[in-house]
Amino acid sequence: MTVQTQFQTGAQAAALRQSGASVKMVAKDVKVFYGAKQALKGIDLEIQENRVMALIGPSGCGKSTFLRCLNRMNDTIENCRVEGLIALDGEDVYGRQIDAVQLRARVGMVFQKPNPFPKSIYDNISYGPRIHGIASHRDEMDEIVQKSLERAGLWNEVKDRLREPGTGLSGGQQQRLCIARAVAVSPEVILMDEPCSALDPIATAHIEELIDELRENYTIVIVTHNMQQAARVSQKTAFFHLGEMVECDDTEEIFTNPRDERTQGYITGRYG
Amino acid sequence: MQLTVLIIVLALLTIAGFQLGRSRAAATVGGRLVELHSVPSYHGLYVALWAGVPAVLLLAFWTASESWVVMQLVLAGLPDQFTAVDPQALSLLQADILNLAHGINASREPAPEVLAAAERYNRLHALGDWALLVVGSCLALAGLTWARGRLSPDMRARNRVERAINVALIICSLVAILTTVGIVLSLLFEAIRFFTVISPVEFLFGLHWSPQMAMRADQVGSSGAFGAIPLFTGTLLITVVAMAVAVPVGLMSAIYMSEYANPHLRTWLKPILEILAGIPTVVYGFFAALTMAPFVRDVGQSLGFAVSSESALAAGFVMGVMIIPFVSSLSDDVINAVPQALRDGSYGLGATKSETIRHVVLPAALPGIVAAIMLAVSRAIGETMIVVMAAGLAANLTANPLDAVTTVTAQIASLLVGDQEFDSPKTLSAFGLGLVLFLVTLTLNVVALRVVQKYREKYD
Amino acid sequence: MSAGNSRSLYQSDEFATRLQRRYAAERRFRMIGIAAIGMATLMLVVLLGSIISKGYTAFLQTEMRVEVTFDPTDVQERNYAAILRRGLYAQFPDATDRASRRALNDLLSSGAPFALEDMVRQDPSLVGTTRTVWVLADDTVDQFMKGAISRDTPESQRPLTDAKIAAIDALSASGALSTGFNTTLFTSGDSREPEQAGIWGAIAGSAMTLIVTMLLSVPIGVAAAIYLEEFAPKNRWTMLIEVNINNLAAVPSIIYGLLGLAVLLGFFGMPRSAPLVGGVVLALMTLPVIIITSRVALKSVPPSIREAALGIGASPLQSVTHHVLPLAMPGILTGTIIGMARALGETAPLLMIGMVAFIVDVPQGFTDSATVLPVQIFMWADSPERAFSERTSGAIMVLLGFLILMNGLAVFLRKKFERRW
Repeated sequence: MTVQTQFQTGAQAAALRQSGASVKMVAKDVKVFYGAKQALKGIDLEIQENRVMALIGPSGCGKSTFLRCLNRMNDTIENCRVEGLIALDGEDVYGRQIDAVQLRARVGMVFQKPNPFPKSIYDNISYGPRIHGIASHRDEMDEIVQKSLERAGLWNEVKDRLREPGTGLSGGQQQRLCIARAVAVSPEVILMDEPCSALDPIATAHIEELIDELRENYTIVIVTHNMQQAARVSQKTAFFHLGEMVECDDTEEIFTNPRDERTQGYITGRYG
Repeated sequence: MQLTVLIIVLALLTIAGFQLGRSRAAATVGGRLVELHSVPSYHGLYVALWAGVPAVLLLAFWTASESWVVMQLVLAGLPDQFTAVDPQALSLLQADILNLAHGINASREPAPEVLAAAERYNRLHALGDWALLVVGSCLALAGLTWARGRLSPDMRARNRVERAINVALIICSLVAILTTVGIVLSLLFEAIRFFTVISPVEFLFGLHWSPQMAMRADQVGSSGAFGAIPLFTGTLLITVVAMAVAVPVGLMSAIYMSEYANPHLRTWLKPILEILAGIPTVVYGFFAALTMAPFVRDVGQSLGFAVSSESALAAGFVMGVMIIPFVSSLSDDVINAVPQALRDGSYGLGATKSETIRHVVLPAALPGIVAAIMLAVSRAIGETMIVVMAAGLAANLTANPLDAVTTVTAQIASLLVGDQEFDSPKTLSAFGLGLVLFLVTLTLNVVALRVVQKYREKYD
Repeated sequence: MSAGNSRSLYQSDEFATRLQRRYAAERRFRMIGIAAIGMATLMLVVLLGSIISKGYTAFLQTEMRVEVTFDPTDVQERNYAAILRRGLYAQFPDATDRASRRALNDLLSSGAPFALEDMVRQDPSLVGTTRTVWVLADDTVDQFMKGAISRDTPESQRPLTDAKIAAIDALSASGALSTGFNTTLFTSGDSREPEQAGIWGAIAGSAMTLIVTMLLSVPIGVAAAIYLEEFAPKNRWTMLIEVNINNLAAVPSIIYGLLGLAVLLGFFGMPRSAPLVGGVVLALMTLPVIIITSRVALKSVPPSIREAALGIGASPLQSVTHHVLPLAMPGILTGTIIGMARALGETAPLLMIGMVAFIVDVPQGFTDSATVLPVQIFMWADSPERAFSERTSGAIMVLLGFLILMNGLAVFLRKKFERRW
């Protein structure tokens, strides 16, 4: 609870309130170590509710590492250590109050490569709700599956073959299936780690449209190496470089009027 | 003696051939080595091959056939009254000649003709050895001279040598095929001889097994009974017991090691399974017979069960322990092949570790695990020493693991250990059982290996 | 399904209790895993423990001190048993009747007179003198001294009568019995008498068999691996060879015994029980293992090495022999040692080709009758005497010692030459 007061009395928080969005997640001085190697060097960032935040930067800059801190996916990596504060609705996600399993139900994730389970489409979607005990009977589950697939824009394509394996879909469909799978557990935040990097342009366009629609109900953080994509889908953009967060601002600002010369160098394609 | 000399001569000639070829090649271009197509060493190797290989082939052929040829010559020299007899007496005669020739005194006084034949055998043998020495050396020399004469600056010596080596490599890889052919032919040949005496239907579906042929014709069951069903069920029973131990323990060990244990713990746990895997089966057999079987019997009796002292339970249990590391290492491979992305996908939805393993990892690894279990079953069916030492030979048709049963492998071993007449159905039945064993394990292996391959391709 | 809903969903008490249940299931699952490993460990401990506790006494042997006079006439008639008997009776002046003297005789190993004979043959000046010698005691005496035969069991149920025990007590009180290292175990061949039985013959047989196995399987296996991995065109035939090798690796070992019996003994007429035949059979059995591990080792050498060699004008064969093979050698060596270790522990196929015969002499050549260590274990395991079951465990410890040595060497090589590309 100390966190909440700390940020809400801060000047930044006041500024944000003025912009009309409330803060969903906050990171403060986040450092990540893999063994002796430091991957993140103190990240401060705020993620606003019902907005899309894009994390951009050259590969190896730590943007994916940061993303994986937000729902404690880094817990599964041996000898990975996280320092600093990450809060969801003002609660420290690494604190005692929040359990990793509970956290991941609230902060879902979509991965770089589509990773449908080797099960039927229906079972892929129903897996999350089933382990969390969300649906109490079959009709409820059917409804969740249908709604999730509809939200992911996949329902019409697969409604006649829900019993077929999810691995039989095309790459773009698989990724939308993974999004539907994440949506099915009703998360508050969805983290997307370069969700289109393995997809062709048409499938990418599909996913980008979908992200824009999902913004209505969810807070989204997307990591991308594609600057056009960041410009198209996000409202806020943060630029990462060598384990540091260089700057974070409205997307338009970042792309038209970057303050830091490293950002400018990156978005104008001098390196990356 | 002559053989040793010949081998030394051949070795020397080969080395000499190498040296001569090398210096000759250098000499043909007057030392300007760049004008040679191949470096001098290849010319040397070329000559050495011509010196060594034909002579070695001759040597191999000669040693394989010499005894037979000499024996035929000796037999041809004997009066007809000795050789014009039935095949069995003829082979007896041959054995007598051989024994005499090797200085082993036969129990009965040999006929003077046979004694003379034995001497003739020794003489011919010695003559043959000398001939081999001379012919072999000459052949090597001839090869050396011929090859050396062919050397010239633009001879493609390297290509020729490499082709020869390539042929040698191919022959080596064909040994595996030859082994398979040898196994199949020998099993088939002997099994067919068995099936001309005992019908395959009786063998495969008969319920009574007692291969002991009686001494007297009027004894009970004098013909022996060759119904193998009790052996099959016995094998099955022990295999089921073994799998009941090995599959859960092996699979759960693999899961714990690959999903839960940290690297430090793994370096301690892995050797335990490796040691279990490295213990010879005869040691497991000893353990099963002298420690586990009495233990099982005592525990069973104290609980009020009648337990045989050679119970299927004890043998099967120890066999299961033996197979634990097999199941665990195969499952470990399979589980590690499941991409981390699938686990991440599950964790990302808020699943716990065990939920991820049970609902995502294991279903994904299922084909591989099934294949691993099939390979383990094949191993259990083919395992011999544990059942020979701990399961006994009582061919009971039962499904009670506390009874004594016997298995296919235990029967093969007991039928063929010790002196045996080669033509009796009793001995031949072992090959019939061997054929069944081979076909069953082969089928399991082929299917399992295919499944594993398919599975690997899916995640590569 | 809006964000507001879900907050209450995952922060509800219902979810919390469910989460507790899920974590309990998680702990249970984990416990099952630990139990499985614990079970495997327990079995290993019980197995090794039972063998070591039964077997360590095999390395000890009781000997008896006897004062003997090498009477010239007895030596002439090679009646060394009489020489020994007189020495023994001298220690028991009271034992004059036949029965008690026979009981005393039984305390000595039946091989003891031969030991005296050997002494005289080596040093003829002993004749006519009186010496104190230590000779092997009978296995029952040995077992009694080691505590394996209890004096509390009723006389009818133990191999030693009360009279014998009294004699042993007297001997041991006068210091005429001592238990020391069992050299016989390591210097002699098999015997019907446990105290004279040793594993040297079996070790020699194992060594010869293994030499044949190695000479055949290593060159052929490595050559086959090189061909299949480096030169073979990827066509149906090589596929067939590959599938064939993989399947051969899983063929039960006893089938190789049948092959040896039918082809090597039956068709080629090779001698029964010979290390040569055993070696060939084990070589055929180990060949697939060596081919498979060598191929893995060759495969782990990155293609860039081959390309580099080919790029400077080496022929494919040169690139393999000069570059790839040396780099793959540690892996091949490790695989070979592991294959040899397996061959050393193999029993079943050797039973088929008659290596199970009772052979007293230590084999001198590759075609002599011989047995091998695992088969010796198998044969001794069948003997009812307590002394033999002790020696079986002892022999197992020796066999395991060899295996640990070989595997240790393999691990050492792997660690020393391990290379990451």
